[in-house]
Amino acid sequence: MEKIKLTIDGLEIEAEAGTSVLDAALANDIYIPHLCHHPDLKPVGACRLCGVDVNGRMEMSCLLPVREGLDVKTNSPEVGATRQVAIELLLADHPQGCLSCGASLQCELLHIADHIGVDGERIERLRRPSEPLPIDNSNPFFSFDPNKCVLCGICVRTCEDIVGLGVLDFVNRGSRTVIGTFGNEPFIDSICESCGECVVRCPVGSLAPKRWQRPSHEVQSTCVYCGVGCGIYLGVKGDQVVSVRADRERPSNQGSLCVKGRYGYNFINHKDRLTTPLIKKEGQFVEATWDEALDLVAEKFADYKGSEFAALASAKCTNEDNYLIQKFTRAVMQTNTVDHCARL
Amino acid sequence: MVQLTDFQDLQRQAMADWESLHQDGRPIIMVGTATCGRSAGSLEVLDALRAATEKQEIDCHIFEVGCTGACYAEPLVYIIKPDQPAIVYGDVTPQLAPRLIQSYLIKDNPLPRYSIGTFGNGRIEGIPDLFSTPVFEPQARRALNRCGFIDPTSLEHYLANDGYTGVTKAFAIGPEQVIEEVKNAGLRGRGGAGFPTWRKWRFCRDAPSDQKYLICNADEGDPGAFMNRSLLEGDPHAVLEGMIIAGYALGASIGYIYCRAEYPLALERLRGAIKQAKEHGLLGDNILDSGFDFHIKIKEGAGAFVCGEETALIASIEGKRGMPTPRPPFPAVSGLWGKPTIINNVESLADVGLILQNGSDWFAEYGTEKSKGTKTIALVGKVKNTGLVEVPLGITLRELVFDIGGGAPDGKAFKAVQTGGPSGGCIPESLLDTPVDYDSLNAAGTIMGSGGVVVMDERTCMVDFARYFLDFAEKESCGKCVPCRLGTKQLLGILEDICAGNGRPGDIEMLEELGRGIKAGSLCGLGQTAPNPVLTTIRYFRDEYEAHIHEKRCPAGACKSLISYYINNDLCVGCTLCAQNCSTSAITGEFKGPHYIDQDICTQCGVCYTVCPKKANAVEIISPSLRL
Amino acid sequence: MEQQLEAILADHPRKREELIPILQEVQAEYSYLPTEAMLEIARYTGMPESRVYGVATFYAQFRFTPMGKKHTMVCRGTACHVNGAERILEEVEEQLGIKEGETTEDLEHSLETVACIGACSLAPCLMINNKVEAKMTINKVRELYKNGGE
Repeated sequence: MEKIKLTIDGLEIEAEAGTSVLDAALANDIYIPHLCHHPDLKPVGACRLCGVDVNGRMEMSCLLPVREGLDVKTNSPEVGATRQVAIELLLADHPQGCLSCGASLQCELLHIADHIGVDGERIERLRRPSEPLPIDNSNPFFSFDPNKCVLCGICVRTCEDIVGLGVLDFVNRGSRTVIGTFGNEPFIDSICESCGECVVRCPVGSLAPKRWQRPSHEVQSTCVYCGVGCGIYLGVKGDQVVSVRADRERPSNQGSLCVKGRYGYNFINHKDRLTTPLIKKEGQFVEATWDEALDLVAEKFADYKGSEFAALASAKCTNEDNYLIQKFTRAVMQTNTVDHCARL
Repeated sequence: MVQLTDFQDLQRQAMADWESLHQDGRPIIMVGTATCGRSAGSLEVLDALRAATEKQEIDCHIFEVGCTGACYAEPLVYIIKPDQPAIVYGDVTPQLAPRLIQSYLIKDNPLPRYSIGTFGNGRIEGIPDLFSTPVFEPQARRALNRCGFIDPTSLEHYLANDGYTGVTKAFAIGPEQVIEEVKNAGLRGRGGAGFPTWRKWRFCRDAPSDQKYLICNADEGDPGAFMNRSLLEGDPHAVLEGMIIAGYALGASIGYIYCRAEYPLALERLRGAIKQAKEHGLLGDNILDSGFDFHIKIKEGAGAFVCGEETALIASIEGKRGMPTPRPPFPAVSGLWGKPTIINNVESLADVGLILQNGSDWFAEYGTEKSKGTKTIALVGKVKNTGLVEVPLGITLRELVFDIGGGAPDGKAFKAVQTGGPSGGCIPESLLDTPVDYDSLNAAGTIMGSGGVVVMDERTCMVDFARYFLDFAEKESCGKCVPCRLGTKQLLGILEDICAGNGRPGDIEMLEELGRGIKAGSLCGLGQTAPNPVLTTIRYFRDEYEAHIHEKRCPAGACKSLISYYINNDLCVGCTLCAQNCSTSAITGEFKGPHYIDQDICTQCGVCYTVCPKKANAVEIISPSLRL
Repeated sequence: MEQQLEAILADHPRKREELIPILQEVQAEYSYLPTEAMLEIARYTGMPESRVYGVATFYAQFRFTPMGKKHTMVCRGTACHVNGAERILEEVEEQLGIKEGETTEDLEHSLETVACIGACSLAPCLMINNKVEAKMTINKVRELYKNGGE
């Protein structure tokens, strides 16, 4: 890739040709406020917060490709004044219950306000929205609060460009614009598959998971639901799993998850879940160690061969595990009778 | 295929027919049946004229024409007797129609008191020459030269009046020379921003592509403007001709006309004209054997002002929400379906036809150094002679409002004039000598816009006027970018509060700060200009804002929350009209006795004020309100 | 209903650019956009149903409830505004007992405002079923809707 040199606020940085000034700045730990930008999606230039000064002209850095020798200032008086108006307008239009909002610590709006510096008295002079819109709690896994929505459109673009479903679109226009499903029906009545891709990308707390706790540490793992083997990070608090996060580096899912992988982790904490092997002795299941259990299975397998044996594998296993099962069945048990549930 | 010689035959035939229309000894009756005429009842007048001529067994030509622009006098009827000038009758009713036939056609009494003027050779006693009257004298009718004088459904009428000679000229000189002509003419876009038309064309012509598009923007969204509608209804072929020439210059084989669905008659006329042009080989493949193919499709706009913005218009044609996209890329390089696309306004295209028909020097005869040619203007609001006019660029606003428009009606004082619609600004009396050209209007804080000029008198509240435009902008904002979506909402909220008497100290400064931020930060032209009505009214009428905020007083007596109606019993004649018409029974009083308004019941609908006889004039408007 | 819809769809290629013309024709047929029709249009054009709804709600022309037999559109153009359109609208609302954007329960009347009908020289004006009523006054409005607007 061709490297391009440019200057941001006097610092010379390098960036790959074709990247935007915003991405180049962020990659070099230079923060430029932004709300509608997401690294997975094409830029739209809607929030008007990422403006920068290039030779006295304001340009949106998300749309501005890097150029050799480009001299960018992230905070000229004009850029600052424009950003100030935009953030004040957003804050005046936003509910103020940040303490009870699950998204506060990740909230881009708060980050931007913090970065720009906001004068509470100025916000007070602005007019506040009158009637709050109803919150959509119909989906079992996440809720949608249109009052917190900043209409960045990330959810719309995510559902169309990443998920390929197109459940959401902008509905109405002007200040009456909302994010909505067909007919503005509750999520549960739409074609939404609850994958939560939009929820994780929502920069504010508008689309938010219903259950959310911050884990004390995370463990890298693989989702157990199907053979895709999506990479996940399980968030752990004490001996409980409290969150699931997609692994952006895993080639099989590249940061995406489906409804089961993302929200279906509660079984891990269930009291009825088997945590050790059980061996039936005298009509009763008794806890055993793995060595005991595997010895018993090996011993019993030795009594059978060829057509006396069949293997049924699980889609919950990884591809590698399934490969091993068929190899074992063919090479050791000497039969081709292998099947797979292939559905879930 | 139609050859150039076939076309020339057709043209000769059309001219001969036009000649005989005027020379065959039969009178000609024309009725203005554009939307404005129809609204005033011209179709009923047309029926009445037909019935009357049949009854009297008069052998004559009767046909419909478009709008001459004298909308204040609609319905208009033109009667031409052989060897006489045309007489234009105004405010014709179905009752008056047979009298005109009887009196003028049969008895030769032209009834001068119903006429607003004559045109053509000769004069008629007691009737002024139309084009020497104050309304028409300062005008320079070029784009509108056929409008109202030919039958818009007749290709022959168009051909007989230089029609499509611009196309043949263009084919003769080649596309490069066409761009050169338009450049020499100094034509700037008539849709609002005033970008040189040739330069846009140059970008597009130079952009390599297998397909290019031309779009005619007929989505006249500016409320209070109807120049394009009148032109499309009155002379549709003029727009098609401009499109063919533009398409030829650009190398575009497909043209779209994006026209408002609210203009059903314009759409009908366009469809008819396209059909005729196709039939005679003026549209289609290898037009007049030039090797140039051009096809026109009509797209009906579905009601969104923002679609006047080029990228939003393109999104709309592509079947999407009309939301603008950032530039670059510019449509001239990457527009409709990613192909080079030029969007020109209806009037710009009509001007292109004129430039090719008559030459760039002719076009540039009128205008100023940087703004060449003429401009059609819809003159409306509180002005005596409302209507459609065409003036040389550089005429002053004072000439426009007072000479042509006749000033404010009913003896009221002129207050301000708004140009450029929701994107423009208000200009006060003190700046009325500002010339109507792109740069002078910009310097005064407004824009030329598409040509809507709204006049306001002393009864127009400037805060309410700004509120009106922000209400419009807020509803029409696409909602995509933050400054426009939330900014127009915020400006509107503050203005509504001020009009309702809930303004707070500091609101004016807040409006100014927000206005500047919205202008600087918005994605497209709609947001970048939406604060103009607020900023200019604050700039020129700050005292009205202060009166609303600090004294709860509306100096114009227009804001309902800040006024009371009051009956001055020294003037009241006790006719009881007000009490009879009051819908809330707030007015009490006996016949010939004094009358009183119960301020707790009154809803300030103002019906008492309008029905009170002019002689008495007893209902007064008081501000601040008596209820406060 | 299905037959008319099918006939409309059959006239258009299955392309995204046909969406708005299809919606316009469907509305011309039914006086509004029925939900089932929008779903069918989405299937026909192969685009997500939310996209059809997003487009339909963007443009002022489209409505989602049936229109009244008499459809009034009050012009809110600039010329009409300075000539008192706001009070004309209030009076129409008063006379019909419905607000802007609503239809009476008996489906007799519906009321909308329109950005501008281009009859600015005859302001203030309104349209009832595409017939323009020019130079309106409060008393003219009362006259128009007297006896339920007959």
